[in-house]
Amino acid sequence: MPFVNGARLTTAGLFLLGCLPAAWLLGAAFTGQLGANPTEALIRQLGEWGLRFLLLTLAATPINRFFKWGLLLRHRRMIGLFAFVYAVLHFCAFIWFDHFFDWGELLRDILKRPFITLGMAAWLLLLPLAITSGRWAVRRMGYRHWVTLHRLIYPAAVLVIVHFFMLVKADLREPIIYGALLFLLLLTRLYRPGGKARQRRVSG
Amino acid sequence: MSKRSIKRRHVYRQSALPHTELTPEADYLGRREFIRRWGLTGAALMVSPAFNLLGKDANAASTLPARLNSRFNSVLSTDETRTGYEEVTTYNNYYEFGTGKSDPARNAHTLVTDPWSVEIQGAARNGQVGLDDLIDERELEERVYRLRCVEGWSMVIPWIGVPLADVIEKLQPDKDARYVEFTTLADPRQMPGLARNVLDWPYREALRLDEAMNPLSLLAVGLYGNYLPNQNGAPLRLVVPWKYGFKSIKSIVRIRFTRERPSTSWNLANAREYGFYSNVNPQVDHPRWSQARERRIGEDSFFTPKRKTLMFNGYAEQVAHLYKGMDLRANF
Repeated sequence: MPFVNGARLTTAGLFLLGCLPAAWLLGAAFTGQLGANPTEALIRQLGEWGLRFLLLTLAATPINRFFKWGLLLRHRRMIGLFAFVYAVLHFCAFIWFDHFFDWGELLRDILKRPFITLGMAAWLLLLPLAITSGRWAVRRMGYRHWVTLHRLIYPAAVLVIVHFFMLVKADLREPIIYGALLFLLLLTRLYRPGGKARQRRVSG
Repeated sequence: MSKRSIKRRHVYRQSALPHTELTPEADYLGRREFIRRWGLTGAALMVSPAFNLLGKDANAASTLPARLNSRFNSVLSTDETRTGYEEVTTYNNYYEFGTGKSDPARNAHTLVTDPWSVEIQGAARNGQVGLDDLIDERELEERVYRLRCVEGWSMVIPWIGVPLADVIEKLQPDKDARYVEFTTLADPRQMPGLARNVLDWPYREALRLDEAMNPLSLLAVGLYGNYLPNQNGAPLRLVVPWKYGFKSIKSIVRIRFTRERPSTSWNLANAREYGFYSNVNPQVDHPRWSQARERRIGEDSFFTPKRKTLMFNGYAEQVAHLYKGMDLRANF
C-alpha cells in the first residue's frame, strides 16, 4: 500500500495516544467519575497532562542520546504541541470553570496571584514555540534563530514546576517528583562528552 | 412500648425533614449502579452531579437509617440543599489518613473509636473523661450548617452534636482561662498519614473562649442521622461553621483550657497564609488565591458560576459581635 507506511502509522498511533487523556477526562466528566469536585479535578488533570507532555518533549533528546532510541525525538514536535494543547485546555478550563468568563476578575487574578501569574507566563513562553513549530518557521527564521527561540522551553518548564509548587497547600510530594524529573532532564544537557559538533547533531 | 421507640416518634415529629422524603437506600444504590453499568449515556449525563441538567436531586443523600436520636434545631439550621452523603463522606481533608481528598475514606477504617476518652486540662474536671460522660446522648441536636473550606469549596451538612458551651460549662474551666485548645489523636499505627511530616503532628486547633461559648459552636458525634464516619472525624469533632473548615478539628483526644493563646497547626505550618482566627471572609484573600467565591460540592455543575462567599460564611448575625473593633485584615 503506497499511502500507508510504517512511519505514518506510528505518527497516527502516537497522535491517538496523545488524545487519550483528553478523551478519558471528557468521558469521566460526563459520567461523574471525577469525584465530588469535578471542575477542580478537570482543571488539575489537564494541567498535569500538559506538564507530562512537556517533560516528555524534553526527554526526547536525552533518550535518543543515552538509549539510542529516536522515536520520541522524531515525533518531538507533535509531543510538544500536545503539551501546548493541554496547557491551552488547562487555561480554558480555568477561565470557564473557575472564573466563569469573568474577565475582570481573571485579569486581577493573573496580576495578583503569583502562582497564576507564573502559569500564565509559562503559557505565554510556549505560545511562540507552538506557532513556530512548523517546518516553514525553521526555513523562514533560519535554523540558528529557530533553535534559540525554542530554548524558551527550558524557562517555561521551570515556571510550570514553580507554578505547581505554589498551588499546593502542604503536601509537596507531586511537585517534588516532577521537579526532580525536570532537574534530571536539564542536567543531561550539561553532559557533553562528544564536543560541540556531536551536540549539535543530536539536539538539533 | 420501649423507651427507644417513643424517642423515635419524638424525633420524627420534630425533624424538619421527614425521613420519608429521603431517597430510600435501595433506590439510591440502584441509581449509582445504573450509572456504573451504563457509563457514558444520556441518562448518566442527566444524573451526574457535574452535568446536572435536570436540576438538583435534593436530599437524595442519606443511605443510612437514622440511628442517633436527636432534636432538630431549626433556628440554627440552614434550609439550603444538603450536600449528598456520598460527597460528605468521600471528599475529605484529614491529612492523618493521607493528603488526597479520597484518601481518608479509603484509609480511615483503621481508626479505633471505641472506647474513646478525652483528656481534659485546665478545668475543674481534669483528667480522662469518657466520651459518654462528655456527651449526653439525650441532649443531641441536629443542625444543618454550611461548611466552607479554605480551598474554595463548600458543603451543607446535617451534623448531630451538643453545644460546645454546654460541655465547657460542665467541665468548669479555670477562672483565668481565655482559650480552649483541641488536639487530634496522633497514633501512627492507626493513621498512615502520620508517617509523613506534612504538618507538625498532632493536629491542634484552638478558639478564644468566647468563640467556643457561642451557641453556633458544636461538638459533633454524628452526621446524617448516624454516628460520624471515621473519615469525618469520628467519634468526636468540632464544628465552627463561620470559620474555614480546618478549624473544625477532628477525632479530638484532648481539650485544654489556657490563658495563653495556643499555637495551631496550619498557623504553625504557614503563619502568613493561615491565621489564628481564620474566619470566613470574602474580603480577605488567601495570599495565593481569592476567597470571594466558592463551589458548592455536588450541587454546582460545570455550567454554574461559583457562588459568592458570605461574610462569616453567612453567620455574621450570630458571630460578628465577637470581633467588634478588631481589624479582620490583620487578625485573619
